[in-house]
Amino acid sequence: MISPSQERALWTAVVGVPLLFAAIAALQIKIDAGAQAYHGEDEQLLLRSASAVRRMSFGYDALAADFYWTRTVQYYGSHAGIPGAKFDQLWPLLDITTTLDPKLIVAYRFGAVFLSEPPPAGAERTDLAVQLVKRGMAENPENWYLPSDLGFLYYWRLKDYRAASEAYLAGSKIPGAPSWMRIMAALVAQRGGSLETSRMIWTEIYNSTQDKTVRQRAITTVRGLRALEDEQQLDALAQEYRTRMGHFPASSNDLHDAGLVRGIPVDPDGFPYIFGTDGKSQLDPRSSVTISPGLQLPSDAAQ
Amino acid sequence: MSAPAIEILGLTKDYPVGFWRPKMRRSLDNLSFEVREGEVFGFLGPNGAGKTTTMKLLMGLIFPTSGTARIRGRSIDDIGMHTEIGYLPEQPYFYDYLTARELLNYYAQFSNYSASERRERVEKNLERVGLSAAGDVQLRNFSKGMLQRVGIAQAILHDPPVVILDEPMSGLDPVGRREVRDIILDLRKQGRTVFFSTHILSDAEMLCDRVAVLASGKLQGVGAPREVVTLQAQAMEILIETREGRALPAALAGQSTRIGPRTRITVPEQQLYSVLEELRGCEARILSVSPVHPTLEDYFFTLVGGSAPQRGLEEISR
Amino acid sequence: MSATIGPVAVNTFREAVRDRVLYNLVLFALLMIGAAILVGQVSIGIEQLVIVNLGLTAISLFGLVMSIFIGVGLVYKEIERRTLYSLLAKPIHRWQFLVGKYAGLLLTLGVNTAFMTLGLAAAFFFVGGRVARADVSILVAIYFILLEFALVTALALFFSCFSSPMLSTLFTLGIYITGVFANDIHEVGEFTQNAAVLWLTRAIYFVIPNFHNLNAIAAAGHKEAIPLSLIWQNTLYAVLYATLLLIAAAAVFSRRNLK
Repeated sequence: MISPSQERALWTAVVGVPLLFAAIAALQIKIDAGAQAYHGEDEQLLLRSASAVRRMSFGYDALAADFYWTRTVQYYGSHAGIPGAKFDQLWPLLDITTTLDPKLIVAYRFGAVFLSEPPPAGAERTDLAVQLVKRGMAENPENWYLPSDLGFLYYWRLKDYRAASEAYLAGSKIPGAPSWMRIMAALVAQRGGSLETSRMIWTEIYNSTQDKTVRQRAITTVRGLRALEDEQQLDALAQEYRTRMGHFPASSNDLHDAGLVRGIPVDPDGFPYIFGTDGKSQLDPRSSVTISPGLQLPSDAAQ
Repeated sequence: MSAPAIEILGLTKDYPVGFWRPKMRRSLDNLSFEVREGEVFGFLGPNGAGKTTTMKLLMGLIFPTSGTARIRGRSIDDIGMHTEIGYLPEQPYFYDYLTARELLNYYAQFSNYSASERRERVEKNLERVGLSAAGDVQLRNFSKGMLQRVGIAQAILHDPPVVILDEPMSGLDPVGRREVRDIILDLRKQGRTVFFSTHILSDAEMLCDRVAVLASGKLQGVGAPREVVTLQAQAMEILIETREGRALPAALAGQSTRIGPRTRITVPEQQLYSVLEELRGCEARILSVSPVHPTLEDYFFTLVGGSAPQRGLEEISR
Repeated sequence: MSATIGPVAVNTFREAVRDRVLYNLVLFALLMIGAAILVGQVSIGIEQLVIVNLGLTAISLFGLVMSIFIGVGLVYKEIERRTLYSLLAKPIHRWQFLVGKYAGLLLTLGVNTAFMTLGLAAAFFFVGGRVARADVSILVAIYFILLEFALVTALALFFSCFSSPMLSTLFTLGIYITGVFANDIHEVGEFTQNAAVLWLTRAIYFVIPNFHNLNAIAAAGHKEAIPLSLIWQNTLYAVLYATLLLIAAAAVFSRRNLK
């Protein structure tokens, strides 16, 4: 038997507590909406300095690193693809993550690709990417992915073929390194930038990682390169076509009909190419293949 | 004459008082006396006299400023001596998350008994203090009197030759006090030495072969109870109810106190019968006649030259 | 000797259990379950690493809280509540009482950690981890955490012998945090020009227990082998230091007048 005053208290709680929670939740939403205005980007970071974060972790650096890695991934995901996006926080986040856990390989590899990638996919700071990867190599000398990432950076972004070759060569000497790294070292040294080599490098990046974001970028780049290559050839064929027909073709179907090509040239997504009024080939707007801004064919393919 | 059970040799204890520049307060001053083997010895004194301090010194809970003591010939510095003593602290506290049985079993583990012998002793002593039924109740649910009884049980469980009890009657109802008295007498019959402290004179008178009286840290006297406390019952107290309309004789009225329907009259022992006659004359109803026992407080007042203080109503129930 | 230390230790363990200290395991379980479920959604490619890092960090933190909060009351509570009086009347030395309390709290921590290890293992398998030889480094990391507990408990016990729980907590926590950054403090000193600072940092480095060396969580996460020599050295370090603290505690406590 409970007394009347106890019963009153119980009922007040049963009714009052959910109501109050609902009111609090509603108020929270309102506050959040209003607060958006003055929450700057810096909110992402909490603390900017790697050493300050280390001190705050009280020895539990490994877990703090995981926390910052998660924030890095979320930060990238929320900014990627948005036109005009800047990735100011990407470097500090990666810096803190790798300072807290110097053996977190995934962070170095992520940074190698997305610190150097031009917007809207990355921060376009190849210098920082190189710095990050070199730090990673110093802390993890037994890891051969990182030298291959360094090689990638020199080859693809900086077009410094000698340095790239050196990086691949150094990496190939690490026990367990795959044989293609030695081959790559030789290829790059011999031939400098080439489409073949570029495709190989991006393919190896794809194969060597589980990171979905990095893999996606690799696919996009390789398909973009294919498209660029196709477009180069198609532009030449379009000139042929005009010579014969007196006007530019509308799509690659026309080239086929004119007997200039055997099959119908399609992009990696299966769409036939179309031509602009100036005779330059383009991707069908419905195609999922994209040519990222700044993507170019390596120099030798221009021949 | 065998060696004394307890020898206290010049025990002195000073306490620092105050925080910034502590002064020393002497709570025990050069205390010396003996407790003989096999006797029940009462340690008397008002609250704050130093009785508990003395017992804590004997048990090694605090350390003397000077002097020492021996129990059965072994110094109080000798931890091995503790196998021969049982101790009940003043206002005992025990691990409140244990049951009575568990507590006794825990303490019993410090003597070398086999598991079965331990069990046996625990049960026997629980019964002896009347707690068999409450054996599995957690001590946090025990009343003060029950805790006191558990305390006595753990003090005697290992049949020590010397039993030291600090205020064993405190917190007990009259039934409990009688039980404790019986236990003490029982221990004596077994030939053990019992050293206990109290500030209730009648208990000491009833149980002890000898007593020591302590006041303000100094020993006032040692001997048989009657030798040491010479105040006998000198006064008698009569409790009456007056009849409607019948007042007390004026002479008596001066020595009486009225509380509601009852009146209390204090008279010297010699005048008892004549006063009763007078009361018969005014047809007062006699409720009780009892001797007024001096308390130790009275005793100490006379010691220091004052007169006995007025006694309050609550002491009628003593 | 074990006739006196043993019962005290077991009773201390029993007190912890009845004080429902082990309920912290429920919180730990919830944490690991939550993490195991969420980690797949959030961190790419490092699920096992996160589980190991989180689990070991939680084991360390929960246990530290327990070492400190129960440790600072080990002796203090018994004095305040006067439960010590009847105990010391038994044939038990004061130092045996101290060692018994210490052993009891370590036993509690050991049991707690054992259950947590099982929880961690469950979460680990749930996110797809498979047992490999290299995973023994996780067990080594847990062992180091136990050594950490042994040191912190000894510290807390020492302070418990003469100071109040609040002060003892502050002291113990302060020493622990300093010990975590022991190597950093040492480095700062080595780089400075000031001789006084150098000697001060060196003194701190050698006096304060070094908790940094006992943290093998990162190594465990990356499945790095921890050399046997380091295991022995850390064990010896913890044993020596804890012994030192227990001896100091016994010295302080042996002449203390109980109120």
